[in-house]
Amino acid sequence: MESLIEIRDLTFGYDSIPVLERVSLDILDRDYVLVIGPNGGGKTTLLKLIMGIVRPWSGSIRLREGLEGRLGYVPQFSSFNKNFPITAREMVLTGCIDGKNYFRRYGSQDRDRANRILDKMGLYELRRRNVNDLSGGQIQRVLIARALVAEPEVLLLDEPTTSVDITSRATILDLIGELNEQMAVVVVTHDPTPFAPVYRHLACLNRHLYYHGREGLDATVMEKVYGCPVELLGHGIPHTLLTDH
Amino acid sequence: MLDVLSYAFMQNAIAASILASIICGVIGPFIVARRMVFISGGLSHTAFGGLGIAYWMGANPLYGAVVFVLGAAVAMAGLEKKVDSSDLLIGIFWALGVAIGIVFIHMTPGFTPDLMTFLFGNILTVPRSDIVTALALVILICLVVFVFFKGFVSIALDEDYARARGIPVDALNLCMMVLMALSIVIMLQVVGIILVIALLTIPVAIAREITFHFRRVMVLSALWGISICLAGLAISYIAELPAGAAIILLGAFILGLIKAGKWFSRRLFLGRKAAR
Repeated sequence: MESLIEIRDLTFGYDSIPVLERVSLDILDRDYVLVIGPNGGGKTTLLKLIMGIVRPWSGSIRLREGLEGRLGYVPQFSSFNKNFPITAREMVLTGCIDGKNYFRRYGSQDRDRANRILDKMGLYELRRRNVNDLSGGQIQRVLIARALVAEPEVLLLDEPTTSVDITSRATILDLIGELNEQMAVVVVTHDPTPFAPVYRHLACLNRHLYYHGREGLDATVMEKVYGCPVELLGHGIPHTLLTDH
Repeated sequence: MLDVLSYAFMQNAIAASILASIICGVIGPFIVARRMVFISGGLSHTAFGGLGIAYWMGANPLYGAVVFVLGAAVAMAGLEKKVDSSDLLIGIFWALGVAIGIVFIHMTPGFTPDLMTFLFGNILTVPRSDIVTALALVILICLVVFVFFKGFVSIALDEDYARARGIPVDALNLCMMVLMALSIVIMLQVVGIILVIALLTIPVAIAREITFHFRRVMVLSALWGISICLAGLAISYIAELPAGAAIILLGAFILGLIKAGKWFSRRLFLGRKAAR
């Protein structure tokens, strides 16, 4: 099966210090890829490379034909400018903007789609509220809605459950699961526990991509990724995936 | 009192106030939302260098300021990506501009300008020709912001996301810097270097107390800018105070009133809630 996204030997860093080295990864149709690893391991950078926000030093990222502009990006909670006054609906609408239409007005199609997605995300009642007055879980859903309004075929989420409470976490997990029926999903997180029952494909990233497959993890791989696995994995990787230490 | 309106200098002052306020409504909200207030401070001080050189050459100081501020804006937009600390850059441009201005004004023979005029401007001496230039620039700035509004908003809100969506972030950022530079030059004529910063921020701060819809913030900023400028002019005429300073003091006073009013009403509301 042809990959949706094919990443080969990707190397990238900041200020001559490599953050990612020779990373290769395939994202398939309807995939649910969980990219885990310690903070500073290059997870966010990997998403930024895929989204074209930064350019790789070497290596390639190939998108399947027709996929250009169909990647939905849900950046980390803290990434956008909280000082910008904007309503939830306006923020979702900014997801319609791309390199070709940023000088045009929003069309009625854009508005309809935004309304539909706000409704689906349970945000319709809140559409006129200032984004900064919303709760963590609601803001996270606004960020997902912004990505969905461009009708993506792959959804890439950066720490989608980190800044939300337990109830919202369950809602967001269900939502991602539901979306996965229509599109491939890539989730980047340092805390994979909530995703243990749902992911299909696991990648462990700490500068190198240590593991990439569907089978269970073993302790040696985890040790390489995290350095010292026992403490870090206390509430990390689901225990069933690990062999005994 | 109304017969003062028949004087040409007053008409020019009113026209300049309205034009400057429109600018502050169009550009100010972006500057405030993007926390670029001190970039605008740095840019307005580099203008001083241009003014100094223009005086020394005997040219129209407006042109000197335009060249300097535009140059600084382009340099800042370009260097910001390479230099880690844009803060550092702003400080250097700020000081350098003022130093160049002072050196050239010092070298200009027989010319001892009042430095206060540069700092606080003199809205009552704005010549008609500057009003025409300002009007042209206002139209240009409004047109550009109108056309690229969505792009500017998406960059101000989330630059990485805009990049991910293929929006030409660097080009639009440069464009915004140039617009900011041009705005500053217009406003220099009205309230002077230091108070450019105030006019870009106070009306916006008032508008942001009232609404969180970005477009409404823009419109309200412009309207508050006009009201404050005109009322400030009237106060300065009646109380014989410097116009620029009167405008800004009035603006700050109104902002303080609104903030205090909101604080008290919140206390009152919470108090009632607790009593229940």
